[in-house]
Amino acid sequence: MTEFNTPGTLSPVLSDIWDKERSWTLDVYRDNGGYQAIQKAWDMSHEEGAITNIIKESGLRGRGGAGFPTGLKWSFLPAPDGGPRYLVVNADESEPGTCKDIPVLMANPHLLLEGMMICMIAIGGHHGFIYLRGEVVHVYRRLLAAVREAREAGLLGTGLGPNGDFDLDITVHAGAGAYICGEETALLDSLEGLRGQPRLKPPFPAVEGLYARPTVVNNVESIASVPGIINHGPNWFKKMGEDTKNSSGHGLFSLSGHVKNPGQYEAPFGITMRELLEMAGGIRDGHELKFYAVGGSSAPLCTPDHLDVPLGYEEVAESGSMLATRAIQVFDETVSVVRVVSRWTDFYQHESCGKCTPCREGTYWMRQIMHRFEEGRGRDTDIDLLYEIAGNIFGRSFCALGDAAATPVRSAIELFRPEFEQCLTTPVTEQFPIEKSALFSEVGVQ
Amino acid sequence: MATNYSPDVEARLRADAQEIVSRYPQSRSAIMPLLHLIQAEDSFCSPRGITLVADILGLTRAQVSAVATFYSQYRRRPNGEYNVGVCTNALCAVMGGDTIWDELSEYVGIGHDETTEDGKVTLEQLECNAGCDYAPVVMVNWEYFDNQTPASAKQIVDDLRAGKDVQPTRGPNKVGTFKEISRVLAGFEDGLVDEGPAGGEATMAGLKIAREQGWTAPQPTGGEEQQ
Repeated sequence: MTEFNTPGTLSPVLSDIWDKERSWTLDVYRDNGGYQAIQKAWDMSHEEGAITNIIKESGLRGRGGAGFPTGLKWSFLPAPDGGPRYLVVNADESEPGTCKDIPVLMANPHLLLEGMMICMIAIGGHHGFIYLRGEVVHVYRRLLAAVREAREAGLLGTGLGPNGDFDLDITVHAGAGAYICGEETALLDSLEGLRGQPRLKPPFPAVEGLYARPTVVNNVESIASVPGIINHGPNWFKKMGEDTKNSSGHGLFSLSGHVKNPGQYEAPFGITMRELLEMAGGIRDGHELKFYAVGGSSAPLCTPDHLDVPLGYEEVAESGSMLATRAIQVFDETVSVVRVVSRWTDFYQHESCGKCTPCREGTYWMRQIMHRFEEGRGRDTDIDLLYEIAGNIFGRSFCALGDAAATPVRSAIELFRPEFEQCLTTPVTEQFPIEKSALFSEVGVQ
Repeated sequence: MATNYSPDVEARLRADAQEIVSRYPQSRSAIMPLLHLIQAEDSFCSPRGITLVADILGLTRAQVSAVATFYSQYRRRPNGEYNVGVCTNALCAVMGGDTIWDELSEYVGIGHDETTEDGKVTLEQLECNAGCDYAPVVMVNWEYFDNQTPASAKQIVDDLRAGKDVQPTRGPNKVGTFKEISRVLAGFEDGLVDEGPAGGEATMAGLKIAREQGWTAPQPTGGEEQQ
């Protein structure tokens, strides 16, 4: 068995060809080892379950936030009954702070396509869909062109595979602006041509997904990780993140906010925020870290006390937050927690699809209260009321949007209650002048 | 159902629609790209467009309207030629998006979801557009304008209203009109895919450090890597 050495502090895999000229084209992808994994997958295709077993063995977990084991998800599909089975890739990246899938797709769309082809071979599917959010038109261009190139090169089409009897097709679908469609069952309703509202589970998509047929729904980064695992094997993948409890592999850590060099840092799981912060050049000059969100806006907030927590699913959960999409938004001491959480609350209220009463009504009321705080007009009972409303939303909706709306509110009150108390009398803008937080007012207009 | 498109326009739309519908196992799935196609013609989900889509898909107008009103990119009245969106979700807002929005809105003299009298520019406050590492972000017709300032945002609008091309940071050499972009969103390529970079500086931040430090994913030791 091949042994592997320890990866670097950063471990570019998905990002490895991003600095090549025209990295998004088929030729450049092929020149850099692309579409070799699909050949291996075809070779394995005669053995039932072989590909899925490798993915299971690698320990790859869903990169869209929940961290559900990818191979296990594939294996949940019921036995073939002769009807269609689908793969749907969730590229509706809309979680505030999350900006990892868009760069992957803009720079290297073929990696996703190759991962999709392998997945479809594994699950016996012939038609895959990419549900891309509609507000990123240049990424849509790159995906449309990549699918066209793959068709022209005979990678997609009819009569493929060792027996010449396998069909593969991919449709790239542009959404039209709805955060809720990132929820997998809302995404399926949307793709079926309905309003994007979550379905009650079970049945899960594996059993009744798109058009009520067995369907795998995976995040972009999850599927884009598949070709590497097929090429190099599960042990290669597990060599990354091997010090974590159960988070193997590489992941894109997206740093944004008050760091000197925001951006994408692809590292083995288990890297710490302290290491990432250092690589990003630290907090902007003359300022210090106040708080950060590690998993988009839907996870509890982190403070400098969390800097040394290894960024693995279990490790972050044990520290009281959620790793989720590794969307790390960094805020320095000029920033009001109330202002940030108020804006997220606006977002959840705007994006609540309205199906479940606690989420629809609760986000509305939370928003009213958060605005009172922002304006320095909070009432004596508002902090407890807000906390209670958040508690009444949490766990009481079909999908996770309600939980997501409640979580930052509760976390902010728990960690920064004195700031809310100050907002009973003093507007946020007086406590934290907004120009002090803006990037351009301090570094000069670009 | 009667629409009041001219016969040649309707024939063209129906031909495009046929291509769109053919991408899906079930025709109803084509409703979203079809609505983008309608916006490519009318710059909003017009009543006649809703009627046409309903007819093509065998749905009622109410069923099509229910979808058209759910998604924020579908407009209920004609959009400006250029949709200028300022991200005011938390991260961008704090990094300066709020100031950009306030100054731009005052400068142009219109608010959220309003259009200038010349029909050139619609302003919009956006939710997170997945460009957080380039905050504050402005999107013009869904192309990325990264690391913006109040001055740069005003310049974009001035240029657009003066009929000059504007170039996104990560995108093609110039921004197309709302109708042109809507046609791409309906799934029709416009030949601009190879313009623009693979990513900006922030996209490459980690990769650059990895290259400098010689950091890589695990490499096989001893024997040859199994191929």
